[in-house]
Amino acid sequence: MSRAVGLHIAVLAGLALAQFTLPEYHHGNLARIMVLAAFASAYNITFGYAGMLSLGHAMFFGAGLYAAGLAAEFGGIAAPGGLVLGVIAGALMAAVVGVLALRTTGVSFMIVTLMFAQAAFLTVLYFGEWTRGDEGFVIASDMRRVLGLDLADPATRYWAAFAVFGAVMLGSLAVARSSFGRVLAAIRENEERTRMLGYDVFRAKLMALAVSGAMAGAAGAAYALLFGYVGATFASIQYSILPLLWVLTGGAATVLGPFLGTLLMFYLIDVSSSFTTAHMMIVGFALIGLILFFPKGILGTLRERVVPWLP
Amino acid sequence: MDFGPYLLLASLEGAVGAAVLALTALGLSLVFGVMRIVNVAHGEFYMLGAVIAWWVTSMVGGHPALGFVAAMVVSPLIVGIAAAAAERLVLRRLDYDPEATIVATIGLLYVIQQLALSTYGADARPVAAPIDFRVQFPWFGYSGYKLCVIGASAVMMLAVWLVLTHTRVGLMMRATQHDPETARAFAIPVDRVYAGVFAIGAMLAALGAVLIVPIQQAHYLMGHDPLLLSFIVVIIGGLGSLRGTVLAAVIIGMSDGIISVFFSPTLAKILATLLVAFVLVWRPAGLFGARPA
Repeated sequence: MSRAVGLHIAVLAGLALAQFTLPEYHHGNLARIMVLAAFASAYNITFGYAGMLSLGHAMFFGAGLYAAGLAAEFGGIAAPGGLVLGVIAGALMAAVVGVLALRTTGVSFMIVTLMFAQAAFLTVLYFGEWTRGDEGFVIASDMRRVLGLDLADPATRYWAAFAVFGAVMLGSLAVARSSFGRVLAAIRENEERTRMLGYDVFRAKLMALAVSGAMAGAAGAAYALLFGYVGATFASIQYSILPLLWVLTGGAATVLGPFLGTLLMFYLIDVSSSFTTAHMMIVGFALIGLILFFPKGILGTLRERVVPWLP
Repeated sequence: MDFGPYLLLASLEGAVGAAVLALTALGLSLVFGVMRIVNVAHGEFYMLGAVIAWWVTSMVGGHPALGFVAAMVVSPLIVGIAAAAAERLVLRRLDYDPEATIVATIGLLYVIQQLALSTYGADARPVAAPIDFRVQFPWFGYSGYKLCVIGASAVMMLAVWLVLTHTRVGLMMRATQHDPETARAFAIPVDRVYAGVFAIGAMLAALGAVLIVPIQQAHYLMGHDPLLLSFIVVIIGGLGSLRGTVLAAVIIGMSDGIISVFFSPTLAKILATLLVAFVLVWRPAGLFGARPA
């Protein structure tokens, strides 16, 4: 076992132990952070490893959220089925958007994904009769059960969030260490040269988007089922920008960066809300400061200076 | 009311929207054309323009026209200075890298929005129109101010065109757009041109906002729709093509106004955003753009 794999297993073991040691308030927070970090890890696959700046990931998160939520509300499908549906919805949406959006690159790609996500968000509002738009709806508690365990129970919820985050993080690690991950990094560094070397750039990017969409869909479905609320806010542009912020903070193209970034930004806003309500100001200055002074994020900078073996 | 007059009313509403949209989108297009960057905070400069206009008109007493004229001068000036400062302090240090600029201007968007929310508040506030008369059509009366907005916007766009094509400053901008390296070799201060263009782009958005604020109220979230619509217009018009931008603004603004009157506004927006996405996918240079972006 290499030290990289060992480090990630140690982090997961630490998170598992935290379940028994954390005070109640932070225990609840950490469950939420792990689900959001799974979303950030999904974003990291496309933005970090493949170098595609998407501003549309809210639609993949939202696809998972609504797949699970609507299946429970109207189809009577309980939690495990909802999670599977969420993964499928996220991957499918990402594949369809990818086939179209990947005809463009750079700034155009960002605008196209933004436009598709905006259309998806408006569609949620348009079908307000079923989705109840901005107001959203609460998922019935008998739909939030896995193997007879209630997901609303803090301990069960923590383990479920841990399972989803663990699966996504180990998936990211597998991608980062695979030849597929290296092709993605090559595309990020120099797309033309990668194509010249004989790699199918379009296929690799589409795969990256689909994997990222599946992970984001899993995070969205888990968010809906664990916290029991589905609303249009989670499909709005804000939820495309937040994973970008988290990944930039922790370090793009590092496996643990998304979790670290989500954890730090969550607590930065949590702590600051005791003396100011100006959350947007903090997010704004954090984005500007990071891109100016730490464009590689915390773990990216650490990798550059101290631990070059960090995946 | 019969269909004919109803359509006329819808077209007039559309034309007012198109006039303001054209000014705002022209600012975005100018920045993209010359500097090759996407300013995601453009909508917030628009909002800032509206909020400052409210602030100025509420400080200046007397006839509403006095305050409005003062706002026409003060608001774009403050917004321009803020934009130039942001350009100096942030964008220049990023070396105008397109993707880093997007991230930084998203940050700027949040900062400006929070500033407006913290100082101006969450309420929507109206500004009195500088002139108050109605134009009486055979079927309905129409606000004279709205007709003046169309005229004022046309005059300002003409002024931008004249500056770009007939002055030394305009020549410098066009040279920088064409080839910044060569422009620098010909002693054009490219850095100052960039700062100026970024400021002018923001000022055009602010001017559009001052014009609209007697019709729509000033609100700290009002920048969102103009930003998306400006994106749409700039893309359809061809990234970097000013003439295409104005033409697209007229088409999009008019059809947005007309479709919103006859159909659900949400459905109209869904169709418009999807249309834009598809245009960019299949015609990356836009409908009127000559060269690929």
